[in-house]
Amino acid sequence: MSERLRARFAQAKGEGRAAFVAYVMAGYPEPSLTAPMLLELEAGGADVIELGVPFTDPLADGATIQRANEVAVAAGVTFADCLGMVREARARGLTVPLVLMGYDNPLLAYGEERAAADAAAAGADGFIVVDLPADEAGTFRRACAEHGVSFVPLIAPTTAAERMGEVAAAADSFIYCVSVTGTTGGAAVPPEVGDLVATIRRHTELPIAVGFGVSTEEQVAMVGRVAEGVVVGSAIIAAIEGGSVEGCVDRVRSYVERVTGRSGNGV
Amino acid sequence: MSTETGSDLSPRFGEFGGRYIPEVLVAAHEELEEAYETARRDPAFQLELADLQRHYAGRPTPLYLAERLTSEVGGARIWLKREDLAHTGAHKINNALGQALLAKRLGKPRIIAETGAGQHGVATATVCAKLNLECVVYMGTEDIQRQSLNVFRMKMLGAEVVPVDSGSRTLKDAINEAMRDWVTNVRTTHYLIGSAIGPHPFPTMVRDFQAVIGQEARAQMLEQAGRLPDVAVACVGGGSNAIGLFHPFIDDPVRLVGVEAAGEGLAAPGRNAATLVAGSPGVLHGTRTYLLQDEAGQILETHSISAGLDYPGVGPEHSWLKTTERAEYIAADDAEALEGFQRLTRSEGIIPALEPSHAILPAIRLAGELGEGGDVLIGLSGRGDKDMHTVAGALGVTL
Repeated sequence: MSERLRARFAQAKGEGRAAFVAYVMAGYPEPSLTAPMLLELEAGGADVIELGVPFTDPLADGATIQRANEVAVAAGVTFADCLGMVREARARGLTVPLVLMGYDNPLLAYGEERAAADAAAAGADGFIVVDLPADEAGTFRRACAEHGVSFVPLIAPTTAAERMGEVAAAADSFIYCVSVTGTTGGAAVPPEVGDLVATIRRHTELPIAVGFGVSTEEQVAMVGRVAEGVVVGSAIIAAIEGGSVEGCVDRVRSYVERVTGRSGNGV
Repeated sequence: MSTETGSDLSPRFGEFGGRYIPEVLVAAHEELEEAYETARRDPAFQLELADLQRHYAGRPTPLYLAERLTSEVGGARIWLKREDLAHTGAHKINNALGQALLAKRLGKPRIIAETGAGQHGVATATVCAKLNLECVVYMGTEDIQRQSLNVFRMKMLGAEVVPVDSGSRTLKDAINEAMRDWVTNVRTTHYLIGSAIGPHPFPTMVRDFQAVIGQEARAQMLEQAGRLPDVAVACVGGGSNAIGLFHPFIDDPVRLVGVEAAGEGLAAPGRNAATLVAGSPGVLHGTRTYLLQDEAGQILETHSISAGLDYPGVGPEHSWLKTTERAEYIAADDAEALEGFQRLTRSEGIIPALEPSHAILPAIRLAGELGEGGDVLIGLSGRGDKDMHTVAGALGVTL
C-alpha cells in the first residue's frame, strides 16, 4: 500500500537516516529462494524491497541484472508467480513495504487493472515500470490509485526542469531518481547527484530515493547524506552470484548488513 | 485516413505507437521530435536531402516491368520498384541519409545503429563515412555469422561492429543493446533506428523518409502503366520498406498486401517471424504494436531465413493498418521465399534479397487472380548478393 511506503520513509527519517531500498530479481537464482531472500533482506536492514519482475528484453539494465532476468525467464517465472512469492513472504512474516519493478509488457499481458488489484491483494505496495514514463502511465496509474498501490515515477539526470513537476505529480509515495545516464550496474553514482536531488526537491515534498551505480558502503553513505532513500540492485545480484546457490541468501544478508551498518531495524 | 497519420506529428496510430521509454531518454525524443518537425518544413533541409538522394543514393530508382515473369504467370502485369538499385543495395539508405542529416542538425557527432541482415548497418556506416560521423553498429552474433560480408563492408566503411551475444542473438537483441548504449551516451549520440519501429517520432520519421519509394512508384506507374496498380505488395519485418511503399497509396483504391516471414511455419511458435499474422498487441522497444509473445508477455524468439525479417515486433502503423483493415497481412515461409528468389532470378536476371523474396510468390498468385489488364506492384527492397551463402546452404550447395 502507498501508506506502508510513506510510513517506512517517515520512520527512517525519524531515525535520522536514509531508507535502504534493496532490489532482487524474482526467481533468481531459483524461484524457491525468493521468499526466504526477501525475509533475509528485511532482517539485514532493508527498509523497502524492490522485487524485479523478469522480462525477456530488459533494455535499461546492465549485464548483471540482464543475466538475472534471463535465468528467471528461463525458469518460467511470470508476473503471477511474482505475486505468489510476495504472498508467501508476507505469510512468513515479511513486514517491510515491497515494490514490484519491471517492464510494461508482462503487466499488459496480465492486464493492468488486474495487475494492480492482485498486487494489492498479494501484499505488494507499489510498482516501478521502467518503460512507462509518467506521460504514458495514465491508465495504469488510475488502476494503482484505485487499489491503493503506489505508482513510483522515475526522474533522470536528463529530465528537463520543467518536466520534473509533471513527473513528480504522478508520485504518491516516493520518487525514484536515476543517478546517471546509463544502465543499472554501470557507471558509479557521481558526487553531483546531490545537485540533481536538490533540483527534484524543488518540485516535490515526497521522499527521493537514488539508484543506479550505488554498490559500495561509501556510495551508500554518500547517497544517504543527500537523499531519503538509497537503492542498491546490481551489487545484491552480484552477491548472489558470488558463490554457491545454497549460500546466496546468507551472502545477500551479510552484504545488506554491511552496507547499512545494521541488522534488524535502525542504523 | 492520411490526415490522422500524415502531416501532423501525432504520436499514435489509433491505439498503437506512443513512447514507452525509460525516463532518461524522454528529453532526447522530445528534442528529436522538435528537430524533425522543423526540418521537414525547412526547404533547405529538404533540398539537401533531395540532392543526396539523387546524386549520392541514385534516386529515383526505376520502376521495371517484369515481362518474362508476367508472361510466365499469364495474368496481371508485374512491376518491380527497384530499391535494389539504390546505393548500398537496399532501401535502407533513404532513412539513413535523412536521419544522419538530422543528427548533424542536432549537433550529435556519434551515431549508433542496430542491424539484422546488415543492410541498415551498411547504409548507416556509408552515410557516416560521407558525413564524417562516428558510427557504432550493434549486431547479433547469429546475424554476424550469416552476414559476414556485410560485417566486413561496415568495417571497411569505418564503423565499429559490436557483437551482441544476449537473448536470441539477432535483431531484437541488437536493438536492446543499442538502447543501452543510448541511455548511457544520449547527450552525444543519435540512435539511427533502421525501421519504422520504436518510440515516437521514429515510426513517423522513418516512414516519411521511406515514403519516397511509394511517391516515385505512384508517379512511375501513372507514367509507365497509365494507371495505378491494383495491388502493392511488400515484405514486412519491422516494415519500413512496406510502409514507405504503401503510404502514398493510402487514399487510392489500391490493395495493400504485406508479407511477413512464416519461417518454418505459423504452427511453430518461436520458429517464425509473422508478427501481424500470428501475434497480439503489447509494448516492445518503446512502442505499442503487435508482438510475438507468450501468455505472460515474454517476447518469443523468432526465425526466418532472412535476417532482415527476423524480428518479433512490427512498426505500429502496420498494426493500425491491419486493425483498420486498410492493409492485409499474410505470411510466406522459408521455402516459399527460396522459390520466389529463384523464380525472379531465373526469369528476370534480378537477384532479390531474401527479404523481398517473400513477396514474390504472393505477388504471382495475386497477378494470376487479377488476370490480364491488372497491375501488381512489388516493392523490391534490396538485392541478394549478401544472401548467396544462405541460399547456397539452403539448397545444399557448399561454396
